[in-house]
Amino acid sequence: MTVPQTAATATPYDDGVRAAAARSRTSRRRVPRPVPLLAAAFFVLVFVAAAFPGLFASLFAGLFNQGPNVVDPAAALRGPSQGHPFGTDQLGRDVFARVVYGARPSLLVGLGSTLLAGAAGSVWGLLAALGGRVAGEAAMRVADVFLAFPSILMALLVVAVLGPGTGHAVVAITISLAPGFARIVRVQALVVRGSPYVRAATNLGLPPWRILCRHIVPNVLAPLLILATLNVGTAIIAGASLSFLGLGPQPPDPEWGSMLAQARDYLDASWTLAVFPGAAITLTVMSVSVIGRELQARYEGRESR
Amino acid sequence: MPPLARWLSRRLALTLLVLWGAATLAFVGMRLVPGDPARVIAGGVQAHATPEVLDAIRERYGLREPIVVQYAVFLGRLARADLGESYQLNQSVGGVVLEQLGATAALAAGAALLGFALALTLALLTAGRPRARALSRAVEFCAISTPNFWIGILLLTVFSFHLRWFPVLGDDGVAALVLPWVALALPIAGVLSQVTREGLERALDQPFALTARSRGATENRIRLRHALRHAALPVLTLSGWALGELLAGVVVVETVFARQGVGQVVVAAVNGRDFPVVTGVVVLAALCFSLINTGLDLLYRVVDPRMRQAAL
Repeated sequence: MTVPQTAATATPYDDGVRAAAARSRTSRRRVPRPVPLLAAAFFVLVFVAAAFPGLFASLFAGLFNQGPNVVDPAAALRGPSQGHPFGTDQLGRDVFARVVYGARPSLLVGLGSTLLAGAAGSVWGLLAALGGRVAGEAAMRVADVFLAFPSILMALLVVAVLGPGTGHAVVAITISLAPGFARIVRVQALVVRGSPYVRAATNLGLPPWRILCRHIVPNVLAPLLILATLNVGTAIIAGASLSFLGLGPQPPDPEWGSMLAQARDYLDASWTLAVFPGAAITLTVMSVSVIGRELQARYEGRESR
Repeated sequence: MPPLARWLSRRLALTLLVLWGAATLAFVGMRLVPGDPARVIAGGVQAHATPEVLDAIRERYGLREPIVVQYAVFLGRLARADLGESYQLNQSVGGVVLEQLGATAALAAGAALLGFALALTLALLTAGRPRARALSRAVEFCAISTPNFWIGILLLTVFSFHLRWFPVLGDDGVAALVLPWVALALPIAGVLSQVTREGLERALDQPFALTARSRGATENRIRLRHALRHAALPVLTLSGWALGELLAGVVVVETVFARQGVGQVVVAAVNGRDFPVVTGVVVLAALCFSLINTGLDLLYRVVDPRMRQAAL
């Protein structure tokens, strides 16, 4: 199941990657370099944990002695041990299980809000570039206003209106990311619209919607996908920050940010509480960034430094 | 009108547009909350408010007026710098924010200084030196990928709980500010130092660097006197972004270190749905953000003489 999943996420780049490879076949090494490979492997691991935490539990049966919400006050605030590789929290819940189950809301917020923001930003940016003077100007001034104040405030405003929760955190981060995407899409769409192949298509008498679907959209979206990948890390951190503030997924559901918020009160009793959820966030963000940079390097047809 | 005045008046107009936009967004947001606004003010659906209390609330906050009139009253108040009154604290929003502004400003300004100083030092030391650069890139990558609340918690664990060098919480003095400063500054410094180094390396490749070298300038002099000014432009561009990150970080870091400040006020207001406070802080932050960005754009013209002639 995991293999088709990763293949599916890779398809949109394939054309770009192939084109880049054709351009610079000599300079490209065939063997994937170790760091991006490692990052991809880690990300697949996190993805499996998010999609099928139960599968994870059965794979590591020896390490996984209880579910993420099983309370055992007698074993509270223990360090790492045989039955609890990451130790236990203040209620005696297994930290390893909670970190594994915490992958889902984190990835949901990171990937979900980036996807939604990318889609909304694409429509917004295409409208601004191709929708005529008045609509374009209006769309960009709205984006200016959105971008003129820090995205966290936007997210806080949205959560204040909708109330806390995973879904609402996704909406909040989507709204704070979309205007940035809109601006990039608009610039890219203007470049593509002025390109010789679009002018040729126009001169050949192709209907405008066909030019839009066949020529403009694909050429705008390929670079956007890479930018979106690089943005996933930002979105994951933003989501974790919201839930650290108690505005994301609600307890007792495990989430990396809210686990750290709870750990905050027990730092003198158990250091492991503070280490593992944070490491999960940072390593996930790092792996996504490495994957994004690798894709970018390949798309631009040169080795990443 | 001289070009500078024209440019400034255009920026002022944009700032006003942004403020109006932020205020409108906040107003629309308030009205989008499901349910009766009077009930929300009274403390949500769970709160048992009698019809008389709800009536009094409607009267007091003008909720019986048509929505357009409410909007006009809201904007009129904002124009007179009246941010309204908190639902929960029984205090004017301006007063609440002013009370906390000092603590937050000390936190943000110190972190900004530390972040820029760290970034500049790192970039100046590692630009054009492959081995040092590789090491510093790795460190920067870690700093960028780490959320600042985790940095804060790790710092607390090591320096407050184990080594006991710094107080665990509290607002007293510089000692309590050191760890929050570091937690806020590291992610920003990571990005800024990457950009500064790229700018420095580009500048060091330019003919003028060679000319300066051929005249016998020392390596340090070339870096500090000649290359740094060129590297400053992209850093200025990013400063607006860094400022936004800083504001976001302040909210989180104040929570980590249990400090008083505007961030704490906002989080409490969002949790308690205290809309006047949320709106007030959003509008004030938009104002600060616009003003500082205008200041940064003015700095461009100081750093880069070419911008003074360019069409504005």
